[in-house]
Amino acid sequence: MLVTENLTKKFNDFLAVDGVSLQVDAGQVLALLGPNGAGKTTTVRMLTSVLLPSCGWARVAGYDVVKQPARVRASVGVLTEQHGLYDRMPADQYLDFFGQLYSMKASTRQKRIDTLLEHFGLSGDRKRRIGEYSKGMRQKLALARALLHEPPVLLLDEPTSAMDPESARLVRDAIHDLRSAERTIVICTHNLAEAEELADQIAIIRRGKIIVRGGIAALKQSLLGPIEYEVRFAVPLDSQEIGFPPGGRLTAQGADWLRFQSDQPEGFHPQLLRSLLAQNLPVISLQEVPRSLEAVYLQAVNAPGDEVLDVR
Amino acid sequence: MFASLRPVWVITRREVRDQFRDWRILFPILVLTLFFPLLMNITAGELVNFVQRYGGQDIVYQRLIPFLLMVVGFFPITVSLVISLESFAGETERHSIEPLLGSPLADWQLYMGKLVACIIPALLASYMGVTVYLIGLQIQRLEWNAPTVLIIQILILTAVQSLVMVSGAVIVSTQTTSVRAANLLSSFIIIPMALLMQVEAVIMFWGQYDVLWMAILAQVVIAILLIRAGTAHFSREELLGRNIDILNLRWAWRTFKTAFKGQARSIGDWYRQEVSRALRRLAVPIPIMVVFLGVAVGVGVRLAAGIELESSGGMRSYLESLATSSGEAVPALSVITVLGVFFLWLFNLRSIFAAFFLGLFSCGILGVLALMVTFIALGFIAALVPQVGMPWWLYFEARILPHGLVEIPAIILAGAAVLRMGVVMITPDHERTVGEAWLFALGDWAKVTLGVVLPLFLFSAFLETFLTPQIVRLLLGR
Repeated sequence: MLVTENLTKKFNDFLAVDGVSLQVDAGQVLALLGPNGAGKTTTVRMLTSVLLPSCGWARVAGYDVVKQPARVRASVGVLTEQHGLYDRMPADQYLDFFGQLYSMKASTRQKRIDTLLEHFGLSGDRKRRIGEYSKGMRQKLALARALLHEPPVLLLDEPTSAMDPESARLVRDAIHDLRSAERTIVICTHNLAEAEELADQIAIIRRGKIIVRGGIAALKQSLLGPIEYEVRFAVPLDSQEIGFPPGGRLTAQGADWLRFQSDQPEGFHPQLLRSLLAQNLPVISLQEVPRSLEAVYLQAVNAPGDEVLDVR
Repeated sequence: MFASLRPVWVITRREVRDQFRDWRILFPILVLTLFFPLLMNITAGELVNFVQRYGGQDIVYQRLIPFLLMVVGFFPITVSLVISLESFAGETERHSIEPLLGSPLADWQLYMGKLVACIIPALLASYMGVTVYLIGLQIQRLEWNAPTVLIIQILILTAVQSLVMVSGAVIVSTQTTSVRAANLLSSFIIIPMALLMQVEAVIMFWGQYDVLWMAILAQVVIAILLIRAGTAHFSREELLGRNIDILNLRWAWRTFKTAFKGQARSIGDWYRQEVSRALRRLAVPIPIMVVFLGVAVGVGVRLAAGIELESSGGMRSYLESLATSSGEAVPALSVITVLGVFFLWLFNLRSIFAAFFLGLFSCGILGVLALMVTFIALGFIAALVPQVGMPWWLYFEARILPHGLVEIPAIILAGAAVLRMGVVMITPDHERTVGEAWLFALGDWAKVTLGVVLPLFLFSAFLETFLTPQIVRLLLGR
């Protein structure tokens, strides 16, 4: 559904995007992460045929971004980083204007506008000038514009930035709902929790290059090492020697907790619990130590060199 | 066809609606539509009274009333300049351009949609102003019967002026990324338009209204060229970039140097590779230039048709001097004659550089016209010399051909190079930005001019100084 190969963009002497190769299948959500100025927006602009690649190629919804720009643009819904709304226009007229640009029939257009405004809670404000909208409302309207023509490919640049938590939740739910077997979604975001919640795979871009790419779980495994588990006790362990059954490795120990790794948790964990109880150690909890995408991200962007970690 | 025009209309309609929602646009339009024509009516009335009170001739106000009609039409369309300067630059600044660029609109649809939108409100205001002025004249019962053709001319002229101004301003707007930059560059529109208005004012006071058709035609051509240039170099990429706001002289020099020098390592190399390649690129402009110069000679002959030389007069004595060899001495090689060669060369250089600068601002047209002037004069003289007993062919053979065999090809090459620069401005180039395309064309012009035209001119100046007088003595010696 969206394939790029060695996609490169050079502005005079500045290499903005350097050989980006991606593949996002239909039904998948890719989160494109990276620091400011890493090349995310330039990549999105090339995927919408607004910028021409200096080198490499990309196909979006089966169309070549250089040879079939009009078809690419018709197949893509873009939420730009800056909303770019017309402040003097009422919201419904604004959506109607874009519906006409996408050659939607009047009846379909009207139905779709009603649905989207209703969905994003903007129905009551449809006749108000966009200039009077709050930041969150503007963001929702911009998203409605991107979804208006029901595009098979969605490119969303910071979809929940400037939104209050409730609106952000609404948009995230909307993106969840938009997932379908026929649709490809690419989200550029700095919100790592959002990326983790929405994306099937992530790609981290730094100085125009993809440095990390793959499924979230696989990336965590690869960059942060094996999963760690933590046991918490109701009493202090003092300096008590703990009998640790074979099959696990103790990695750290505190006053009333310990951390370990095990290759086969389904077999080892019951065995460990039995052992601890036998040693009269009252266990409160046993759980996986949470590992955030933030840790993966920071490790990736701060890593020296330009080696690519591909764990697809 | 109509389906592809539909998005143009969608853009236009939105833009026009948006303009009518903005009081900052509505207010000047209303003032210029209602108040300004009434002011002109008062002016016209006072002038008629003044002239009549002092027994002045009717012709004074007979000229002034139509002139004021043109002014009333022109003022409201100045609003279109403000709107069009803002059209792309404003949207770029507010970031609302990106969703438009990401839509399936073709470049020309977006461009034309905005262009038409810039014209409509101002033109409506202009026509309303003209109507108010004409009604005012009727109410004042001034002794001026508006000729229908003149009113049609003024209406067309106003529309064409608006089109020229808007098409120029939209180019400025697409080549800048901020309204401030667009406003700063607006002098490229305002100064030529001010000059144009002065020319039109002269025509109006002169009272030769037929000449207005020529002014209309010329502006239609300019508008077409400007629209073509605008659509040819409309670049989504440059609208989103910041590069076009920065005058990067180092980059410009590097690009020009690359275009001028190419891969050449020596002068011989440069002639073999670069100059010959630049000349090959003139394959189409050269014959076009030959046709233009031929037309110029024809125009000169046409202008001379029907002119009867007086028995004595400046023109006759000049032509008689051409028909004899008296005064033609074979010059000896000296500092003075060498200086003469140099001055002849400089004279030709001046024409070539004037053509280059004029061509820069007019897609090559004014540059070519400047070069045509000499050939108009040539045709004019050739058509008149038979009246002093000299066949036209003898005039060419004796006075023109000896050095013209070198000089005329040089002029053709120079004109073709200027023409090509103009053509580059109106030709889409998806490989290069507008700046790069222009610098490469400048490089080609410099190669042809420095490598071929200037040496040819030097040689022709030498021939004109040393050979032409001898041929004149040989053929016209009495």
